[in-house]
Amino acid sequence: MADTRDIELTVNGESRSATVETRTSLGDFLRQALGLTGTHLGCEHGVCGACTVLVDGEAVRSCLMLAVQAKGREVTTVEGLSNPDGTLHPLQDAFWRNHGLQCGFCTPGMLTSLAAFLEENPDPSEREVREAISGNICRCTGYQGIVDAALDAAKTMREG
Amino acid sequence: MKPAPFTYHDPTSAAEAVALLGAHEDAKLLAGGQSLMPMLNMRFVVADHVIDLNGVEGLAGINNTGDALEIGAMTRQRDLMRDPAVAAKAPIMPEALEWVGHFQTRNRGTIGGSLCHLDPAAELPCLMAAYDAVLTVEGPDGAREVPFTEWPLAYMIPNLGPDELLTKVTVPTWAGGHGYGFSEFARRHGDFAIVAVAALLEIDGGNISRAAISVGGADVKPIRLEEAESALAGQAAGPDAFKAAGEVARQIDAMSDTYVTSAYRQRLAATLVERALDKAAQRAGGSA
Repeated sequence: MADTRDIELTVNGESRSATVETRTSLGDFLRQALGLTGTHLGCEHGVCGACTVLVDGEAVRSCLMLAVQAKGREVTTVEGLSNPDGTLHPLQDAFWRNHGLQCGFCTPGMLTSLAAFLEENPDPSEREVREAISGNICRCTGYQGIVDAALDAAKTMREG
Repeated sequence: MKPAPFTYHDPTSAAEAVALLGAHEDAKLLAGGQSLMPMLNMRFVVADHVIDLNGVEGLAGINNTGDALEIGAMTRQRDLMRDPAVAAKAPIMPEALEWVGHFQTRNRGTIGGSLCHLDPAAELPCLMAAYDAVLTVEGPDGAREVPFTEWPLAYMIPNLGPDELLTKVTVPTWAGGHGYGFSEFARRHGDFAIVAVAALLEIDGGNISRAAISVGGADVKPIRLEEAESALAGQAAGPDAFKAAGEVARQIDAMSDTYVTSAYRQRLAATLVERALDKAAQRAGGSA
């Protein structure tokens, strides 16, 4: 019989409760139980970074955390980055303007990682941006558009 | 790519975790999960029981005793990088931690998890070797202390019984103003090191009074260059002495793998030892 637990957590500001199988990753839980399919699972062993979400404001791999471990925590997914009225987060807007995505698979992890990074480092150098996304693999863009977007968004966010 | 079914346990005390280890065969301890979770996902590891340490009281935190840093095994790598006492007393630690995975994995990854996983190319075991850290392990009969030299038993096998738990790492700190340097070569930033070197120096009036050099990634466990350390003592801190230390590093036993030959690792070790010592000398508060 499957080992399950009841959990309560906050996802994108909303309180959620569910019964989860304990071996379910946070990423699978967000997609399958909550229908938040913005979070993408790529490699499922912590290398590609696509599944990155924020847990209590810190960027983590949702494939390397169990859903049961998110009990009582505050989770933000890519769906939670934009404003409630649908206007884009400055990073999302900058990705759009700077051609920061092609196929879009890596994008949710890029956005959540960079959101956490810019929170701590609002005025990064290009090198720092490249290091920040060194754990996020993009096979389309060659990263240039992503780096440009991150620097552009940082500027917008600094100027408020 | 999903873990095989297991029974999940979330103890709240170290004693409870040890009791669970004793009560269940085929149990794995889950710390930050940045190595165990991939292995569970890929089913390289199939465990009947997973004991989650994230809710155990008192396993995380940093205590500065004045001559040592006592670091709880569940202290996150990111917290070590942000801690003012660590930055002041052991500044090589934040420098080396920059090389550990990526910031997203350091948010979860712990010092104890890395030391128990004991990947030969991991940065934290290399650092703990340089410091002669002491590891506190708790088991059913109480606690015991293990000096780092006795910690790695074999490739990825720590000196830890099946019903024991690593609880604390004691890092003896060096004199204020000591020099430090961490140098690494990896194929990409955040990858495991092909070779990494940690160097610590105390310099008094331009002469080296104390040195520690540890090489990671070259062999199944970190190598301390004791011969080079004693040769450095008393010498003027400068390129000649550092080059000689590099030549000692060139003689180490080094692994070959699919990508990198043993000879290449030896060459890298020689170069990185020189660089790490040079960096350490420049940072030493003496008249180097």
